[in-house]
Amino acid sequence: MRREPPQTPGDYAPLLFPAAMLTIFFVVPFGTMIAVSFFQRQQGGFYTPAFVFDNYARFLSAFFGGVLGFSLMLAITVAICCVVLALPFTYMLTRMSRKVQVVWLVALLSILSLSEVIIGFAWSTLFSRTAGITNILVALGIMAEAKALTPSFGAVLTGMVYQAFPYTVLVLFPALVRLDPTLTEAARTLGASPLKAFFTVVVPALRNTITATLIMVFIFALGSYLLPQLLGRPQHWTLSVLITDQAIYQSNMPFAAAMAVFLVLVTLGLVALTVIAGRKGEAA
Amino acid sequence: MSGLALQNVVKEFGAFRAVNNVDLTVPHGTFVCMLGPSGCGKTTLLRMIAGLDLPTDGAIRLDGEDITRVPTHKRNLGMVFQSLALFPHLTVGENIAYPLRIRGKAKEEQKKRVDELLAMIHLSGYADRPVAKLSGGQRQRVAIARALSISPKLFLLDEPLSALDAKLREAMQVELRQLQQKLGITTIVVTHDQREAMTMADTVVVMNGGEIRQAASPIEIYRRPADSFVADFIGQTNLLDVQADSAGGAAVLGHVVPGLVLPAGASKGTLSVRPEDVHLTAPGAGALTGKVTFVRDLGGTIETFVDIAGRQIVAVSTPRERPEVTVGQEVGIALTPDVCVVLKK
Repeated sequence: MRREPPQTPGDYAPLLFPAAMLTIFFVVPFGTMIAVSFFQRQQGGFYTPAFVFDNYARFLSAFFGGVLGFSLMLAITVAICCVVLALPFTYMLTRMSRKVQVVWLVALLSILSLSEVIIGFAWSTLFSRTAGITNILVALGIMAEAKALTPSFGAVLTGMVYQAFPYTVLVLFPALVRLDPTLTEAARTLGASPLKAFFTVVVPALRNTITATLIMVFIFALGSYLLPQLLGRPQHWTLSVLITDQAIYQSNMPFAAAMAVFLVLVTLGLVALTVIAGRKGEAA
Repeated sequence: MSGLALQNVVKEFGAFRAVNNVDLTVPHGTFVCMLGPSGCGKTTLLRMIAGLDLPTDGAIRLDGEDITRVPTHKRNLGMVFQSLALFPHLTVGENIAYPLRIRGKAKEEQKKRVDELLAMIHLSGYADRPVAKLSGGQRQRVAIARALSISPKLFLLDEPLSALDAKLREAMQVELRQLQQKLGITTIVVTHDQREAMTMADTVVVMNGGEIRQAASPIEIYRRPADSFVADFIGQTNLLDVQADSAGGAAVLGHVVPGLVLPAGASKGTLSVRPEDVHLTAPGAGALTGKVTFVRDLGGTIETFVDIAGRQIVAVSTPRERPEVTVGQEVGIALTPDVCVVLKK
């Protein structure tokens, strides 16, 4: 179906409400934040309007650069883990009966109702020495003695993948349901084993969906600041943690704003690069 | 034995028996059309031959070898799906080369074979186009070429032409038949279009309710249908009750047809008479007499509907032999034993 483009200014009327909401609740606060990022900090938690680059200059140090790099690396790793796990899972799920699908989707949705705090504490218990999963391994005779798996990078990664996994499945699900099942059958009749058919037909046919999902999970993971603190060591803290720290505990609003703006810019840059790379791949 | 053999093949979906004890032998190089109404089990049978569904019971043999449990990708077959299932992320050439790529053939060999196949389907120079840019008929041909690129032992097609418009479909039927004869490949087509089956097949397999009702050449299916289902499903026919009379002959609607006899021991049966075999005569001159209820003049042929004691008989004639009849007129109907087929009950 082709949609008619709007003809008169009146046709744009339905857009007024969302546009107003977006302006009030997104553009204005974001603009304020950009403005604050150039303000001059006063000792004692206040700031005065100014136009200085001090906050950005301070950010360009090895320490903050390292934290930014770690945050991006963590978010990318989470995104890749989620898609690698969720793609085969969702593919299998779409081939199951309606009943099984509903049960799984309800279970996944219920994970979304858990708060980040609960997820964090649940995993820190599971990874603990006294009550953790290593005790099961000891009981089974696989391990000699129970040990704590947290705080560690692995624990942070596990917690964040667990949190983002339901989103990944829910984003992939519609695309995989729409995928014509005869495509895989055709691949099999043409000589591809089920595994080969998955990698030569399902994955390439869903390339755009996979890219979009990677970007979504990446951005989702970038904002995480509770799980790294609950499950990781200080070196596993993300930029979001530092921003919170500066804004709330150090009362340095201008510096926190500068870091947030910088994070947004880097994120947008990475997403743009991904999209451009995707376009190039399509043209080739 | 060379060719495909199905032995007592059964497929059950829960309590439902989709295919019931099917026995069929397809000699090498034969073109077989499986024909039947929807839900008759023909597609399930084809999917079992392809290995996409496993039979509940029975065996499938290809060139003497039992392939019942061989996974699909090891059967070396080519299949065209109803939806065509062309890979949207690949170009025309890449689609056709897919089976070769999967089997690890060299790039030059792939390219050579793709060029050959594109020439065969009259699409030379289309290798680099995306499949989305092709017309329906072109896509159809690409799907056929892709299925044939490894020169498979079996060529299976599931309602391959149903998405095309009538004219293109008829042209593709002829093209497909000529291609099959040129390659001499064993081909099985599932269709619900009897015209399609008559055009292409060496053997037509008529199925209903999960069973084979008749497997024979198209002309035999048409001339000598095995039962009333086949007679009614293939073309148009008049089905009439026939009864043995005391003199050893047979009577249709109470009128004795001279020379017609029922099989030994049968006291009644059903008679199939094709509309083109029903000749209208002057009232009283034929075996039966009835009243014309409707005349459908289609230009090339004229269908006359005659009511005889509450039963309707259709006669088809050409304008040349057209008897001048009008609605309400009394006409005679001539029936000769050679055009009457007595069907099994």
